[in-house]
Amino acid sequence: MNTTAQPLVQVKDVEKIFRRGSEEIHILRNLNLEVTPGEFLALMGPSGSGKTTLLNLIGGLDRPTQGSVAVNSQRIDQLSDRQLAGWRAHHVGLVFQLYNLLPTLTAEKNVDLPLLLTHLSKSERRQHVEAALKVVGLSHRARHYPRQLSGGEQQRVGIARAIVTDPTLLLCDEPTGDLDRQSGDDILALLQALNREHGKTIIMVTHDPHASHRATRTLYLNKGQLSQDMPE
Amino acid sequence: MKFLPLIWNGLFRKKTRTILTLLSILVAFLLFGYLSAIEEAFNAGVSMAGADRLIVRHRVTIVQTLPVSYQQRIAQIPGIEAVTHATWFNGLYQDSARNFFPQMPVVPEEFLKVYPEFILTEAEKNAWLKTRTGAIAGRQLAKKYGWKVGDRIPLQATIWRQEGDKRTWEYDLVGIYDGAKKGTDTTQFFFRYDYFDEARAFGKGEVGWYIIKIKDPEQSTAIARRIDDEFANSPAETKAEAEGAFVSGFAKQIGDIQAIMISIMSAVFFTILLVVGNTMSQAVHERTEELGVLKALGFSNPQLLCLILIEALVLSGLGGGLGLLFAVLMTAMGDPTRGALPMFYLPTGDLWIGAGLAVGLGIFTGLFPAWRAMRMNIAEALRRM
Repeated sequence: MNTTAQPLVQVKDVEKIFRRGSEEIHILRNLNLEVTPGEFLALMGPSGSGKTTLLNLIGGLDRPTQGSVAVNSQRIDQLSDRQLAGWRAHHVGLVFQLYNLLPTLTAEKNVDLPLLLTHLSKSERRQHVEAALKVVGLSHRARHYPRQLSGGEQQRVGIARAIVTDPTLLLCDEPTGDLDRQSGDDILALLQALNREHGKTIIMVTHDPHASHRATRTLYLNKGQLSQDMPE
Repeated sequence: MKFLPLIWNGLFRKKTRTILTLLSILVAFLLFGYLSAIEEAFNAGVSMAGADRLIVRHRVTIVQTLPVSYQQRIAQIPGIEAVTHATWFNGLYQDSARNFFPQMPVVPEEFLKVYPEFILTEAEKNAWLKTRTGAIAGRQLAKKYGWKVGDRIPLQATIWRQEGDKRTWEYDLVGIYDGAKKGTDTTQFFFRYDYFDEARAFGKGEVGWYIIKIKDPEQSTAIARRIDDEFANSPAETKAEAEGAFVSGFAKQIGDIQAIMISIMSAVFFTILLVVGNTMSQAVHERTEELGVLKALGFSNPQLLCLILIEALVLSGLGGGLGLLFAVLMTAMGDPTRGALPMFYLPTGDLWIGAGLAVGLGIFTGLFPAWRAMRMNIAEALRRM
């Protein structure tokens, strides 16, 4: 870890407990994490280890039961729901395992969604959408609906939607989990290029050791705690 | 405006369901518009009745006549501005009961003074005053039968035969009156009382009812009581009442139309509330994951609430608007009963009520799904994918 740079993400003493009836399930225990700007961090671990929960906390989709989460020195766990929504719109790009595109909208309209929350004009939004689709190599598929695209192409649209607002942080939850090897490799290469050429800070949750090789650092999550070593 | 494609796509995500729901709303509002026109047709007289007019009829029934001599005695009662009278003629035009329209002998000068909403030109007024067999017809009635000034209109008597048992009465059309307001009844036919009274075989010196214009509408109850007191214990006792109450009583001989209409419309709107409410709940439930994605992308709770509410409002507004439009078009085709409902039109006030109902329907059916979407936990919604 680069300890000299100011961390972009700072997760401090975080606990996350889910309640199912009277039962308490400790997903994350006293967890600490720092991510520096420009890093490409892979989070690995077995199912149920809390990888997605941690990603949700960093992305402001959920709140910790205890501890703090700061991004760019801003305590996002202290923001109101409305402030958090606004913060997500400006600072985070999300890439999901199942792409989560809106089936009734074309690729370009899906990419345009986060821009609806900005003050950009229609023509400015169109320029941003075209640029994002160009980065992911899908300019020629702009008018296609998700059902007309392959899994790999849908994930590219998902990535274009995540980067269209030029966010501080890109959070990817198993981005290759639903793709064949070739398509998965293409997506990983794209993420790597975004990290190297565009300086995007990426945190990627993955099960795939092959995927983690693309990252600049890999951490393992087991029983709610992080380590640098793969659990046995 | 930039959210419109998102709303439109959400709405037509399941085209068949949305179109069927739209049709249900359309039919409900078409029914509302059409029934409103029917109700207005029944109550046209009530809504157009003058607040400053009283009707005096025989205490027992309107069928029994009153002496014409009552006119002077009534005119002497304080608070009365003018008195005139009318009588139900009930003649047949072209010898057919299907050609029904109200016909009444009246005294022209007095009548036009009491009913200023019947508009004639000065030339027509003068012609009526000069012509003993002169008659005037409403614009709608003249249009229906293609009458024009100068035409001779024959009516067959069913009650009032002429001396010598002559059934046919002939009138010269000297004027066609217009209504001062949209709802003014222009389907009536008036002719001169002096000609009628002289020529009829029986009942001379009798009138059907008196119409009284009073100076202060707030005094109507007191004046009505004074009139009835004036003729108490006489062979022809009277019943005086406000014109609106008189016309309403006439309409209620058929039934309480308003109550019937309200019952039907309540049942229709309750059903449509369930249909649209169900559609909106299903539509939002099916999109839980998509709404979760929107929240994850940064859409706030109030923005989601607005999106879903607008979606429900577009659905009800589109269906309701089209329904009301069809109702306007259908009522514009005129009286569907060929004469029983002469004042058949959809009042502007009812159109506004319809628009209000459409907005209310949208808000009511959109609020619960919108509230559920607002409360949705993003992480849980995304986990459903």
